[in-house]
Order: sequence, then C-alpha cells, then structure tokens
Amino acid sequence: MLSNIGSTLIFCILSLSILIIYNSYVDIKIKNQLIKKSIYNLSLLQTTATVMSFFTLVAGFIFSDFSIVNVYENSHSDKPLFYKVAGTWGNHEGSLLLWINILVLFSYLFLIYNLKHNKKFRLYTLIFQNFLIIGFVIFLLLNSNPFSLIYPVPSEGLGLNPILQDPALAIHPPLLYVGFVGCSIYFSAAIGSMLSEYNGKRFALSIKPWVQISWVFQTLGITVGSIWAYYELGWGGFWFWDPVENASLLPWFAISALMHSVMVLEKRNTLYEWVIILCLLTFILSVMGTFLVRSGILNSVHTFASDPSRGLYILIFLSLMIFTSLIIFFKKRKKDEYNFNPNSKETFILANNWFMIFFLVTVLIGTLYPIFLDVLTNIKVSVGPPFYNIVIIPFVIPFLLLMAIGPQISWINSKKNYLLKTIYILGGALVINLFLFYFFGSYGFYSNLILIIATFLILHLIIDVKKSLKKKFEYPRIVSHLGFGFLVFFIGINYQHSVETDFNLRVGETQKLNNYEIFFENIKIEKNKNYKSVIGDFKIIDLKKNYVQYLSPEIRIYAKPETLTYEAAIKSRINSDLYLTMSNISRSDFYNIKFQNKPFMIWIWISALMIALGGVLQLMLKKNEN
Amino acid sequence: MLTKKVKSRILFLFFIFSISAAVAVFILKSLNQNILYFSTPTEINQRKDIMLGDAMRVGGMVKKNSIIVNKKNIQFIVTDFKNEILISYTGTVPNLFAEEKGVVAEGKLKDKKFFIADRILAKHDEEYMPPEIKQIIENNAK
Repeated sequence: MLSNIGSTLIFCILSLSILIIYNSYVDIKIKNQLIKKSIYNLSLLQTTATVMSFFTLVAGFIFSDFSIVNVYENSHSDKPLFYKVAGTWGNHEGSLLLWINILVLFSYLFLIYNLKHNKKFRLYTLIFQNFLIIGFVIFLLLNSNPFSLIYPVPSEGLGLNPILQDPALAIHPPLLYVGFVGCSIYFSAAIGSMLSEYNGKRFALSIKPWVQISWVFQTLGITVGSIWAYYELGWGGFWFWDPVENASLLPWFAISALMHSVMVLEKRNTLYEWVIILCLLTFILSVMGTFLVRSGILNSVHTFASDPSRGLYILIFLSLMIFTSLIIFFKKRKKDEYNFNPNSKETFILANNWFMIFFLVTVLIGTLYPIFLDVLTNIKVSVGPPFYNIVIIPFVIPFLLLMAIGPQISWINSKKNYLLKTIYILGGALVINLFLFYFFGSYGFYSNLILIIATFLILHLIIDVKKSLKKKFEYPRIVSHLGFGFLVFFIGINYQHSVETDFNLRVGETQKLNNYEIFFENIKIEKNKNYKSVIGDFKIIDLKKNYVQYLSPEIRIYAKPETLTYEAAIKSRINSDLYLTMSNISRSDFYNIKFQNKPFMIWIWISALMIALGGVLQLMLKKNEN
Repeated sequence: MLTKKVKSRILFLFFIFSISAAVAVFILKSLNQNILYFSTPTEINQRKDIMLGDAMRVGGMVKKNSIIVNKKNIQFIVTDFKNEILISYTGTVPNLFAEEKGVVAEGKLKDKKFFIADRILAKHDEEYMPPEIKQIIENNAK
C-alpha cells in the first residue's frame, strides 16, 4: 500500500518537473514581466507531492511496514518510535528522498520569494533547479528507490545500526542536508543569471539570503556532527580529519568565501564572475562529497553500505553538472572591471577568499590524494592529521590578522589610519598572552602565536562592539567573527592542555595519574528496550582540589544487528570536561579505560554556535529591513 | 612601451604566481612527509628499504588465541597467513576488535617482527572489512 503511494508520488514529482520545465520555457519567450500563474501552481503541487512522499516513507517506518525493503533493512518493530522516525534518513535511500525534498522546497521558495526580480532570471533558475530534481529523482528510481517491495514480506526487520541510535541522528543529517542541498538553488540561480544576462548587483541581492540560510545550516550541521563524534566515538576528539568530515568542510570553505564576496558584488557591482564560480563550486563540492561518501571510495566512520553503481551514477551526474556549467560559463562570461585599491574593504574580502580557497585546496588534496595514488600506483596510503596541522595552522595566523583589520577599512578607498590602533591592540593581546602563559605554563611557539593572534582578533571585536552599539548591521559580523576568534583560541588551549591516558583495570582496582585517582568501584548490568548495557561505576578523586566525581561509562550490547557500542561518560564543567570511556577486551576480565581531561570543551561548542548565530542575526535583520 | 596599468597587472600576476608556486611546493612537501603507507606483514618481511621508526599502518587478521592483556597494554599477533607480526598497543580497542577479525594498526616498527601501535582503527559495521584486508585475503586464497 504505502509503497504504491510512495512510488506514484515519486513519478508525480518527475512528471511535474518536466511540465514545469516545458511551461517555463514557453513562458520565457513571452515578453512581459509576469510569470504565468500555472507555473506557481505546478511548483506548489510538486512541493506537496514531494513532502507527501517523504511522510509516506516516515509512515512506513512508524508502522513497520516490512514489505518495503528499506524499512526491512533499517528498522525493527522493537525500536523506540523516535528512532523509527529518525531512521528514515539514517540510510542511503531515505536520505536521498530527504535530499529531493530540499531541492523541491527550495525551488518553490526561491520562486515565490523573488517577486521583484527579473522574470527571465527566475524562470531559468527554475528550469535548472528542475533539471537537478530530475537528475536526482531518476537516480532514486533507478538505483535507490526507498519504496521498493520485498516478497515474501519478512516478519521482522534487520534493525538500525546501533551507532546511529542517538538523538543526534534526528538533527545532524537534516541540518547538513539543508545546508548542502540548499546550495543547489544558487547553483541554478548562477546559471540562470548567466543565461538571462542579469545585472550583477540584482543577482547578489537575490541569492544573498539563500547563501546565508545554507551557510547557517552547514555550520550548525558540522558542529552537531562534531559534538556527536565527541561523545559517541569514544576517542574524545571533535575533529579527526576523517575523509568524510573533510568532504563536509569543502563546501563550507567555498560557501564562506561566497558569503563574503557576495557583499562585494552587492555593494560595488564587481567580482560577478568570481561569485558565479563560487556559486557553482559550492554545490559541485556538495555533490562531490556525496559521491565520495556514498560510493565507498573513502574509508571512514560514515560507511554507508556502499555500492559502486551508486557511485557511478553520481559521478556521471556530477561530470554532467560540471561540464554544462563550464560551457555556459565560458559562453556567457562578462568581462569584469577590477579596479581595486589595495587599501579598501574589497581587497580584504578578496584576501579572505584567497585564504578560504587555499584551505579548500589543501583539504581537497589531502582527501583525494590517497584515492589517486591507489588508482595510479596501487599503493595504499592515508593522510593523517599532521598534514593538515602543518599546512593549515601557519596560514591561520595571517588569516586572523586580516580578519581583525579588514572590517575596520571602508569601501573603495580607505583613508583611515589604523596602524596605531593595531599596534595598541597587538600590545594588549601580548599582555593577555603573558597572563595566560603564567596560568597555564609553557607551550609551543606556534600555539603561542595562535593564541596571541586570536586574542588580537577578539580584542578588536570587543572594541567594535563598543563602537557600533547603534549600528545594527554590524552585529552579525561581530558575533560570527567573535565566535571564530574564540573557536581558534579555545581549540588552541584545548589542544595544548588536554590530558589523555589509557590503562587496563579490573573491578576493584585503582589507578593513580598525576593528581587524579581513578577507582573502579563496581559493574552492573541493565536491560533496556532493545539493548543490554554493562555500566561501570568509577570514582574519580582530584587530589589537588579535593574534589570527587562519579562517572559511569557504558558498554551497550545490541541484539539486532549484534553490535557493541561504547558510551562515554562525560562531565562537562565550565573550565573543563572529564571524559571516561570503558571497553571490554575479549577473553579477559580487564577493562580498557580511557580517561581524559579536556579544558574548555564547552566553549568550543559555544564558539561554533556563535559563528552560526551571526548568520541567523543577519537573516533576522534582513527581514526587518523589508 | 608598457603602460602603468599593464605593468602593475604583470607585477600582480607574477606575485600571485610565485606565491601559488611556493604554496604548492609547501603542500606537496608536507603531504609527502605525512602520509602513512599501508603494509602487510609479508611486505614488511620482504622489503629491505623499510625505515624503522617511520609512522605506518599494518593490516591483517588478529591471530587466534594471540591476545594478551595486562595492566599496561594489549599485545596481539597480526597475520596475513604467510607472515606474522607482534603488535603492542596501549589504548582503547575498537568495538570490533577480536580474534580472527581484520584489523589495521597505526604506529611504528620497532623491528621487522615487532610493531608499536598508537591507534587501532575503528570500524562500526560488523560486515565491514577494510578494503586493504579484503584484498589480502583474496590474494592469499589464490
């Protein structure tokens, strides 16, 4: 039943896309400024059909309709309702349906929220967005139909991968999908703008809110993913330079560059070509990331059950996308006039873009190099965190410096003298750093530089807050940049002062480390709805501060599918996190214990959220202007 | 005669080009220093140019009855069914670390028969096998 409804709805989406393309094409030729009512209706109908198809699948999961292969493979009737719903997008097919939902939704929203813009531009955008929709719907139908049937109907499902049974599953993937697929709309808009030879400034105005929305979602999605990895994987880190993490970071660099350069296009009507390239690049990188993750080429914690034919389809689609956009770009490019004064805001924004592109290229090389080497020479290698640390960290220093100075400078040609102020603030940062040095003890030269420069940025922004209390339009920038400054600052301290130790313990034994004493008190077994858990009780005594803390890490044993997961016990405090994981070792009564003390973890999350908050503020301010 | 504008543009291009070249060299150099090669016990045994003390990855199957645990570390033998290597590790083992299962260890060679690991790679899918190990098994089955 549900399967039939779902499949019918998918076909509806496909035919509606074709209808929309046809109607829009006809309408472009009519020389007026009004888009036919029927196009709006078709688009609304398409949105309804898409959302309904998604809820059909959700219903399949809620009612455990095991006649649908996807439900059978990824669900189980014992599973709590929450994970039945969240499990809908916890697998390849379901997430692809979510992907199509966002494509369609954004297509409709872009159509109705840009009434003031040129008709041709809007219609071309709609046409290209629908080409994207068709591409992904065909992919869904050919290769990953979430509504495929299985016969005979199994009586029980295989269950959701236990590692995914976590509240973060409900928010991490949807946030990322809105962030990454949201980019599609300005990919289409960029092509639409080139084809309709639209004015650069107007183009910038039309895409700006969409860039901000997807940027906010990407930032939040990456942050939530990082928090999830922190408590779930039991390694106590929050960023591993894992290829899949990198794949999510690549579009983020491109979109952050775009966020900045779109302002130049809006204010100065220049850099049109560059903005177009970034628009195209952001979505191309998003699709490339999907290709890398879903095809199983990359080796990572995010192993979707991979399938080479999937990869092949996405690869063909991706090349088609790149090829088409390149042809249009070179046919329709407009010569820009670049007359930048070195001492102007636009030059600094360009510098920001160079840095972003540099970070992007570095991460791209690090991620793809092992694949190329494997294909070309059959040598298997992996690129570890040291590569990224060595290449990226030195460049963060000038990046932060420019980030502090750039916003002080006015557009076109700045006459302000900021040298003296800069020196004062740098002096202030040095003094603060001396205090830090005194409190935390010694650390390396690089870390010191990073901390000084981050403090420099933070001080700059604090002065800005004072100066621009009345200038509301400055708030978003200040909040985001302040978040970034704090992020670098706290990561720097966290990296230097994390304490990590591993040891094996039996119940009743005590381990002494520096100023901590860890006592393994007891072990108990609890039965839960779909798993059993082995809970260890630990007493941690801080000998210096005379402070006792109880932590209870868990080992969860899931029956379907049979898997163990380790749940870290984390005590978050304002100045540091205590982090304890316990794992069993086969055929031994020893438990492996990993104990960590991580300073300022909570502040790293707060800083990352501040970065996103800046984007939200900007969207809110924008709304008030209208 | 070049106008001032053209001159400054050439200068600018030259500047950009030299910076990009320097950056490219820098990236590639750090890349070469920081990649980890993956080897099997047999490859380690046969290769003569292996540097002791370089970071690398070793993969294979955990030999049956070879896991020994004491208070400080875990020791086990990794085999590719032709050669073996003893691995010593301090730290958390991943969920699926078990005898007769595939494993990838990251660390340094002490000598050709002894490896000190600082990371055992975690994989969360019970059917998942690192592609490298799958290949070893396929090759050795021939």
